[in-house]
Amino acid sequence: MAQQSNNRKIIFRLLLGVAGMFAFGFALVPLYNAFCDATGFNGRTKNEAVAYTASHVDKSRTVTVQFLTHNAKGMPWQFKPDIKEVHVHPGEVKLVTFYAANPTARRMVAQAVPSIAPAEASLYLNKIECFCFNQQPLAANTDAEMPVQFYLDPEIPEHITTLTLSYTLYDMTADANATTVAQTTTSE
Amino acid sequence: MSTTVDTLHHEEHHDHKPSGITRWLFTTNHKDIGTLYLWFSFLMFLIGGSMAMVIRAELFQPGLQLVEPHFFNQMTTVHGLVMIFGAVMPAFTGLANWLVPMMIGAPDMALPRMNNWSFWILPFAFIILLSSLFMEGGGPAMGWTFYAPLSTTYSNDSTALFVFSVHIMGISSIMGAINVIVTIMNLRAPGMTYMKMPMFVWTWFITAFLLIAVMPVLAGAVTMVLTDKYFGTSFFDASGGGDPVMFQHIFWFFGHPEVYIMILPSFGIISAIIPTFTRKKLFGYSSMVYATASIAILSFLVWAHHMFTTGMPVVAELFFMYCTMLIAVPTGVKIFNWVATMWRGAMSFETPMLFALAFVILFTIGGFSGLMLAITPVDFQYHDTYFVVAHFHYVLVTGAIFSVMAAVYYWLPKWTGHMYDETLAKFHFWASVISVNVLFFPMHFVGLAGMPRRIPDYSVQFADINQIVSIGGFAFGLSQLIFLWVVIKCARGGEKAAAKPWEGAEGLEWTIPSPAPYHTFEKPPKIEG
Ligand SMILES: [Cu+2]
Repeated sequence: MAQQSNNRKIIFRLLLGVAGMFAFGFALVPLYNAFCDATGFNGRTKNEAVAYTASHVDKSRTVTVQFLTHNAKGMPWQFKPDIKEVHVHPGEVKLVTFYAANPTARRMVAQAVPSIAPAEASLYLNKIECFCFNQQPLAANTDAEMPVQFYLDPEIPEHITTLTLSYTLYDMTADANATTVAQTTTSE
Repeated sequence: MSTTVDTLHHEEHHDHKPSGITRWLFTTNHKDIGTLYLWFSFLMFLIGGSMAMVIRAELFQPGLQLVEPHFFNQMTTVHGLVMIFGAVMPAFTGLANWLVPMMIGAPDMALPRMNNWSFWILPFAFIILLSSLFMEGGGPAMGWTFYAPLSTTYSNDSTALFVFSVHIMGISSIMGAINVIVTIMNLRAPGMTYMKMPMFVWTWFITAFLLIAVMPVLAGAVTMVLTDKYFGTSFFDASGGGDPVMFQHIFWFFGHPEVYIMILPSFGIISAIIPTFTRKKLFGYSSMVYATASIAILSFLVWAHHMFTTGMPVVAELFFMYCTMLIAVPTGVKIFNWVATMWRGAMSFETPMLFALAFVILFTIGGFSGLMLAITPVDFQYHDTYFVVAHFHYVLVTGAIFSVMAAVYYWLPKWTGHMYDETLAKFHFWASVISVNVLFFPMHFVGLAGMPRRIPDYSVQFADINQIVSIGGFAFGLSQLIFLWVVIKCARGGEKAAAKPWEGAEGLEWTIPSPAPYHTFEKPPKIEG
């Protein structure tokens, strides 16, 4: 009998361990995100507007910022940067534009997801404004200029002389429609 | 209508005496369940092996001859899944069932009914997985590592079945692990202290904890794949704020400890066999225990060595590189202990010993190529080439599977009560050990030359080596039929085995008659010293 209750105790603890590790698997998601935000691991950028707070413009240095665009699978838009690269002083505000065109015969919604290489540089690129903060709708057969206003933190390490900002454009039309339908039904 | 009634009557007549099958269906006996696990594992070994034969047949020549690329991808994927979750892991669970109670003087496993369940859900998992191959669109084709987005955006609908079958396999392993831990903690005979337990028991004890720690993480990963694919979540989808690289972190957090799950019990087997056939005590028993425990702990700190090419910061790459290399220290302790055990021993070379010796040499080769892969800068060359394939097959085939074969030959007299045919067994050994090296050794060279893994076609300059590899593969596959023959022959009859057929053997399992009676140690044995 003592044996039985002893068995139960161990089984209970082991099951607790199993449940804990299952939860830990999911906890890795927010942990990973927090880790990436803190370290710039993976080249993610802060996906929100930042006010200009640089203390000075470092005229002694110039950093090359290159622009790349990709279309995710099944995305028919034309999407490209208007200039391939710019040279900026850390602390200086720059405005660049991207060209997007919807060649299809229907209204579509897109979402651009940014990524920065080298990953370390992502901590120092601040966006004051970006088309990637929101979903971008385009009516059938129309085009648009999409702006990004950014500056580099003057604290950016010396060894970073070139960085690449790339955008992947995803078709979000289906999701956008789903949310609008949901919103209209709830408002009724 | 009337025919149905007739058949029912017919069946009742047959059923009134309990037939052979119900013994196996409802058994709670650890020996029966061990046997079930071992036969199941062998069946999976043959099925997974035939998939490997398809792969090697396609790769016999450059170009596409026999199968479609999509089917080739299914073969590499399901071969991996079947061999890992169907062959290697159940083989070890089967050995644990047979041996752990007999080695610690327990009458059975602590949770016999759960034991029955943990085995009997396994066949369903594999029926689901294997039948998905015959679905429209085919089975899983994303590689056994099911990286997102291959398993989410680009996979077919058999993914749901894949996820479900992995869940069942996970539940089965977790139940098995709980059973092993409870048995070892609560059912040791009086006097069987932890530091007197045979190494096989120790290694399985630690393996069971690893299973409990990482199988739930695998379950979480497949669940996220399932919800990403079917329920609109974006764990691994960048357009929804997720990250496909995160999949690799979660997967390898499970994946690296998983490789130790598949090798630690081998260490226990080899630590039992080498002392027997050198007629000496195992050198450095306690260092073996501590080495096993440190390997298990370190296994949680090295996962990203599978991901050096994903673009990690240099600091992280260095951290994972050094931690990985650190594992060579406790592993080296083990290898040196085995060699020291053999030093000046009165060695004899029966088949279990031959497999154990082959294990020590060939597993070490796999360990060395692992060290090479751990070096971050050169990993960029080796990554996703046949060098990696060569590495993990040395570790898993000439490592894990050779140890299982050594174990089967070593304990077969105890299980069946007969000696196996030594000549035939030696023939099996030499056929296997030669063909396995013809199969896997040249893969190192095509890998270094740049042949990518998981691709059904290759450049012509790799043709000669691939032909040699394929011939080795067919020979290795056929050699395993000799193994089947030896085991069946031994189960059916042969020279009577003594209670202790190996003169140098030590341990409680050799104090009971051969074949081991259905119930053993109902009264706990006395342990001297
Ligand atoms: Cu690993």
